[in-house]
Amino acid sequence: MAQMTMIQAITDALRTELRNDENVLVFGEDVGVNGGVFRATEGLQKEFGEDRVFDTPLAESGIGGLAIGLSTQGFRPVPEIQFFGFVYEVIDSISGQAARWRYRTGNTFNAPITIRSPFGGGVFTPEMHADSLEGLMAQQPGLKVVIPSTPYDAKGLLISAIRDNDPVIFLEHMKLYRSFRQEVPEEEYTIPLGKADVKREGTDLTIVTYGAMVHDSIKAAEELEKEGHSVEVIDLRTVSPLDIETIIASVEKTNRAIVVQEAQKQAGIAANVVAEINDRAILSLEAPVLRVAAPDTVYPFAQAEPVWLPNHKDIVETAKKVLEF
Amino acid sequence: MASKTKKAQFDAVKTLETIESKFEMVQILNEKGEIVKDATVPDMTDEQLEELMRRMVYTRILDQRSISLNRQGRLGFYAPTAGQEASQVASHFALEKEDFILPGYRDVPQIVWHGLPLYQAFLWSRGHFMGMQVPEGVNVLPPQIIIGAQIIQATGVALGFKKRNQKAVAITYTGDGGSSQGDFYEGINFAGAYGAPAIFIVQNNQFAISTPRELQTAGKTIAQKAVAAGIPGVLVDGMDPLAVYAAVKEARERAINGGGPTLIETMCYRYGPHTMAGDDPTRYRTSDEDSEWEKKDPLVRFRTYLEGKGIWNEEKENAVIEQAKEDIKEAIKQADAAPKQKVTDLISNMFEQLPHNLEEQYEIYKEKESK
Repeated sequence: MAQMTMIQAITDALRTELRNDENVLVFGEDVGVNGGVFRATEGLQKEFGEDRVFDTPLAESGIGGLAIGLSTQGFRPVPEIQFFGFVYEVIDSISGQAARWRYRTGNTFNAPITIRSPFGGGVFTPEMHADSLEGLMAQQPGLKVVIPSTPYDAKGLLISAIRDNDPVIFLEHMKLYRSFRQEVPEEEYTIPLGKADVKREGTDLTIVTYGAMVHDSIKAAEELEKEGHSVEVIDLRTVSPLDIETIIASVEKTNRAIVVQEAQKQAGIAANVVAEINDRAILSLEAPVLRVAAPDTVYPFAQAEPVWLPNHKDIVETAKKVLEF
Repeated sequence: MASKTKKAQFDAVKTLETIESKFEMVQILNEKGEIVKDATVPDMTDEQLEELMRRMVYTRILDQRSISLNRQGRLGFYAPTAGQEASQVASHFALEKEDFILPGYRDVPQIVWHGLPLYQAFLWSRGHFMGMQVPEGVNVLPPQIIIGAQIIQATGVALGFKKRNQKAVAITYTGDGGSSQGDFYEGINFAGAYGAPAIFIVQNNQFAISTPRELQTAGKTIAQKAVAAGIPGVLVDGMDPLAVYAAVKEARERAINGGGPTLIETMCYRYGPHTMAGDDPTRYRTSDEDSEWEKKDPLVRFRTYLEGKGIWNEEKENAVIEQAKEDIKEAIKQADAAPKQKVTDLISNMFEQLPHNLEEQYEIYKEKESK
């Protein structure tokens, strides 16, 4: 075991898979000799060579096409989109192409591509760096969308994502890259995609969340505990497909739930979680399922992040509404 | 004192004119079926010449029958190909089996000649998943509907060949309108930066639906767009099978020997509408224009050329026509026999392992389908 930050765990997962499978290729803008703008690919080109870890011209769409073309030749591409706000440039390659690859060829081609990309607020980035756009991806049939919140989850989920024979979007929250360390096994291990994780057990209220909001939710749960409320925190880890079983089992136990996301209320995936709970566990509910989300404006100017981003106080407030309904 | 006209210090206009003057149209066979003076005739045997003619005639019949089958409602989406036989078939003729084709939506003939069974091409037209279950060993993708996507993907395929040290090329096709897309530029530029063995063909058939080529760009040619990527660009007479074949052959040789990609513009014309989905070309082009291009018909000039060499005659041509009609009839029958698609088929083709939501929906539809 080693103490790792999430970014170190990600590098470790990439190194593991570059060693395990000669078809794994890592490429993107400045991921080679520079080691990535966040050092996620640090040292990988040196260890595996320019043929396996390489830079590209500055064009996200071209990177997407490159990944798809390489996949037809038996490679397992792990491209990087420098910031997920730039995904608009490559939406066709992701949603219009890779996601549909197996289906449109009647299962004769597949696209074993893992797209890594940082996102998320709280670090005062310039425009179009921090936007939460997982909701767009979650709406596209043919994709899986993974968002880890801890170093341990990041490594196991990334190894699973790379080994998956269909496209996976792997979104890395920038605020979580180096915010804390955790024990991470040095050997390889996997965490199944589509499986949530109960980060904190409780009996009075379920918080369903993902990304940086997992930590805010835990903090909120700790505060609520002081007031006598036992709160369960479910980290989705994969936002598409949802782990229905874990969500419903928890709601059936606690009878109350809220869904917490960093994205705007009209975006993200919270509405989907609410609908699934309503469909499957309405008779268990003592109160409506409420959402904590950002206002429906464009992502804030850097200085406005503190008043705009949802935080543990918003979570406590919404949790109380549901607990006192 | 009268002011003199100031001579430009940086004569950018002259630079442009110099560049554009370098892209002259390469022709080997003129409209009369004669070898153009000083032209370099590609090295082809009589058998190869005859086979190329056979395929071009076959493809013309395929177009005529496809239009007619579409009108009868026995085919769905169809983008006519008549007029583009030299551009499509002769360019394909320069390829090897290991080469990988990324076609646009009009480029069905190329993937058929590369090994996709005709009945599957018909199933693709109708909208059936079995149409693009590409047989093992046939190196093609389904026709690409998103104009430009095939260009960036071709670069990935070509880079794959380079990484595997394979002596093969990725070839892809788009139209004149397609050369305005961002993906077109990104694709040729990536391929240039990586020295990837790719051949990019722009079939300039003068119109993108109703929009004339002049409205796509102020550039005098599309071939000169290669300059922006720093790769060779060639403009060929796309109604001349020998010129198209020679250009692709040369680009292929260069690519497999590490010389990187080439952009080829084929100057051609489609005689029919853009697609069979209600496009009416009389709204945007004149009959004079049509008849002008009909004189340039690739079949006419190639027929004259081969007859002059004594290796083609009416009897041979009729035999091809009969064969084509028979094959098409047979292929339509085979397409008719394909099982109807079920939702459970569509679900099964989404992922290697179905996620929870699809597993659940699979059961629901399986139940419905069993009733």
